Amino acid sequence: MDFEYFTQLFFGGLTRGSIYALIALGYTMVYGIIELINFAHGEIYMIGAFTGLIISSVLTMMGMPTLAVIILAGMAAIIYSCAYGYTMEKIAYKPLRNAPRLSALISAIGMSLFLQNYVLLAQTSDFLPFPSLVPEFKFWEPYSHILTTPELMILSTTVFVMILLTFLIKFTKIGKAMRATSQDKIMASLLGINVDQVISATFVVGSATAAIGGILIASHIGQINFYMGFIAGIKAFVAAVLGGIGSIPGAVLGSFVLGWTESFFTGYISSDYEDVFAFIFLVVILIFRPSGILGRSQTQKV
Amino acid sequence: MTAKHEIRKSIIASIWFMFLTFPIMVIKVNTVTNTIEWRWYNMALVGIGIFFLSMLWRYLLKKKEEGGKKEKKAGLSLIQRLLQEKQFALPGMVIIAVITIIFPHIFSMYQTNIMISALIFVMLGLGLNIVIGLAGLLVLGYAAFFAVGAYAYALLNLHYGVGFWIALPIGGILAALFGILLGYPVLRLRGDYLAIVTLGFGEIIRLVLENWNEFSFGPSGIKNIPKPGFFGIELSMQATTIYIFYIVVLLVVFTIFVINRLKNSRIGRAWTALKDDEIASQAMGIDKAKTKLRAFALGSTWAGMAGVVFAAKTTFINPASFTLWESVIILCTVVLGGMGSIAGVIAGALLLILLPEYMRDFGEFRMITFGAVLILMMIFRPGGMIEDVRKTYKFEK
Repeated sequence: MDFEYFTQLFFGGLTRGSIYALIALGYTMVYGIIELINFAHGEIYMIGAFTGLIISSVLTMMGMPTLAVIILAGMAAIIYSCAYGYTMEKIAYKPLRNAPRLSALISAIGMSLFLQNYVLLAQTSDFLPFPSLVPEFKFWEPYSHILTTPELMILSTTVFVMILLTFLIKFTKIGKAMRATSQDKIMASLLGINVDQVISATFVVGSATAAIGGILIASHIGQINFYMGFIAGIKAFVAAVLGGIGSIPGAVLGSFVLGWTESFFTGYISSDYEDVFAFIFLVVILIFRPSGILGRSQTQKV
Repeated sequence: MTAKHEIRKSIIASIWFMFLTFPIMVIKVNTVTNTIEWRWYNMALVGIGIFFLSMLWRYLLKKKEEGGKKEKKAGLSLIQRLLQEKQFALPGMVIIAVITIIFPHIFSMYQTNIMISALIFVMLGLGLNIVIGLAGLLVLGYAAFFAVGAYAYALLNLHYGVGFWIALPIGGILAALFGILLGYPVLRLRGDYLAIVTLGFGEIIRLVLENWNEFSFGPSGIKNIPKPGFFGIELSMQATTIYIFYIVVLLVVFTIFVINRLKNSRIGRAWTALKDDEIASQAMGIDKAKTKLRAFALGSTWAGMAGVVFAAKTTFINPASFTLWESVIILCTVVLGGMGSIAGVIAGALLLILLPEYMRDFGEFRMITFGAVLILMMIFRPGGMIEDVRKTYKFEK
């Protein structure tokens, strides 16, 4: 129970939280705009990791330098995840825009099943080893017993993505359109915003962050399989709800809180019930504060 | 002009999907031997397949839009009319009854066993139908109640020697208690939150069963669960199977009877009202909390009883039988068959369980088909195969 162990757990939780945050952002943005829990979001993250692995292996075998491999594979993973997110929205959610919410949710569950098994059939059901893409930095060696280089990489990438995203939403035209659409879809379309385009853009942005999360976690843990998106997706969803779904700072805060609690729980108490703990946490939050830490409470209108 | 336009659209779609599926369908990396397998034929398949599928897709969407504009009351489908006509319904029921009675005697034990599993899923589907179809509460952790029933019988038998017939109601009641336990805190939650919380609940139950070795013997499960006794007489292997078959049939008939009665009762109408509009029905004096809890309790009771039968049938249970996929399959049976419709759910359950059994080669494509079916059903036929016909009350002057 010394201080070093504590700091290790603290940074472990922070890393875990950053990954959750990268996935939770997609959930919360989509929910903010079309009020749909995109069940298949975890699958986008998984596809990002798979694409990253496949492209990086091909490039490595072709004899490219490491840096080029990292950049190209990362870009491919992001592009493909965005394309999948975009297509998914067009096929499974767009025709159901005006249907009851239950229909869209069931369609999302179907999409999640479909993508998981698509990867399972086209690739493999085994765990694939993922190359550790991040090199060891020389200058970081004195601190690496507390925070390893991949963890540092994850943290700094997350921070960078957050800043980029905040900029996108606060200051660009599409960001403004997103905020307007999430407030009032009909009013936004009356003012000349192409709502369909905005929704597609939201899916694309959410998928991009999920893909980044996918590559980072895969190269940190060192293996991937088709099922990895499911638990990660559920946990990111817990984080999004914890912070208040629909709120972007809330998703980040919720993710860190979840990451820390999990890390300390497994570090000090028991690791058998790690997943159980996340679910119990979710149930407790929803009972006592359904709107989350930063969320606005919703009143039901007649 | 339009044909040219359509073909161009389909070509664009097929190019897009060829691009989309390129890394996952075409390249397969073997990380052990460091070799790459290029499967170009997959790309050709995707291209040709998507070309035609996208045409069909657009055609169906267009037809759906046109259909939506037309008057919807065009008439009930053939099956629905058959179900409503008294003169067809009665002989139909007699035929079904005769077939079920002689089924285990003319078919092999293997067939009977498959039929038992299918009937257990019919029970589960009908139980979930109460919660989803009638009350409109999307529950994704239904397999947890199934597990509660199965483990109740297995553990009670192991520790206290409780028999099947006593365990059957106990399993049902225990599952109902769990249903209330889960239902109470989530009463305030709407649709999608409810789905996630129940999903979480299902996973909690499974993970606890997997990790709590002293209680549930962990992943290795419980073996040698006795089959149901027949007034103390020892039955042969085959006779027991037939006996279980009849028990399940009886239970299914009982379930159908109860749900049919429930549907048009005061509670059933309250469920439908709550499903359509919570605020309006509360204003009409429906107690939201009580009504929803009843749905949870009644829905999980059937799962509990089905669990007891399942444990007795397989004589071995472990947490792997109660994963999220079981919940999803049960959900599929309800959605595919038609939410709220009893005949639909039965047809859906039989189809979903029997088809993969008889099409073994198709087995690995089962889950991917389920996923696609869920999406397509929601888009093109949200009412399911046999749509539920709501009872209408006419005001006559």
